[in-house]
Amino acid sequence: MPMPDNSPLSVTAVTVRVVYLARLREAFGRSGESLAIAADAPDVAAVLATLRARDGVWARELAAGRAVRIAVNHQLVAADSPVREGDEVALLPPVTGG
Amino acid sequence: MTVRVQTADFDAGREIAELRGSDPRVGAVASFIGTVRDVNDAATVATMTLEHYPGMTEKALTEIIADARARFDILDALVVHRVGELRPADQIVLVVVTSAHRGDAFDACRFIMDYLKTRAPFWKKEVTSEGARWVDARVSDDDAAARWQTQTGNET
Repeated sequence: MPMPDNSPLSVTAVTVRVVYLARLREAFGRSGESLAIAADAPDVAAVLATLRARDGVWARELAAGRAVRIAVNHQLVAADSPVREGDEVALLPPVTGG
Repeated sequence: MTVRVQTADFDAGREIAELRGSDPRVGAVASFIGTVRDVNDAATVATMTLEHYPGMTEKALTEIIADARARFDILDALVVHRVGELRPADQIVLVVVTSAHRGDAFDACRFIMDYLKTRAPFWKKEVTSEGARWVDARVSDDDAAARWQTQTGNET
């Protein structure tokens, strides 16, 4: 039986701007995209889970244990950091400047 | 405090002179220049392309200098980092620190470089005899940055 439209189980969605840098940009073949995240409490982990669900190179590059750091609005953050509508969420490979 | 990301080369002598100005409190100036090596991980490097994350880079460098100011007794600091295509022997990065005494100048200069290597969003891609490749981060760089946390003990 289909869920009614006003189901209390429905989750809110936020749309963020995702940015891929350096090796990840080349692996994914794009520098960024607009991404809708559906979750009760959208956070960085939900962004990564949404991307991993695409399988293939996304799942490989973002597999647990791969060294990818996340910056939200230009600030490095932990996986449980919340994301809000319009945030810029960047995926950074380990940095190699200097 | 000065932070610049640029494709153009820099003149360390001129940058040091500008940072010092005529401030009579300065008794020590420490500087570091990072340059492109011709061999990395046993492959000959022809060219190196440096990219960064505009917006975050400047913010990260500014925070690193602010952190250095909180830990060491320094008067001023400068970071210039190049991006774009570079060749062996080219200059990559310049750090200059002024202080009343050499200890803080040396320490702050090294601290800024150690943190820049692990926290500033720059990436190197080399074209070598083995082909083009993204440079891997080194564990030794993380160790160098972590050393400051145990030494000063105020990092959470």
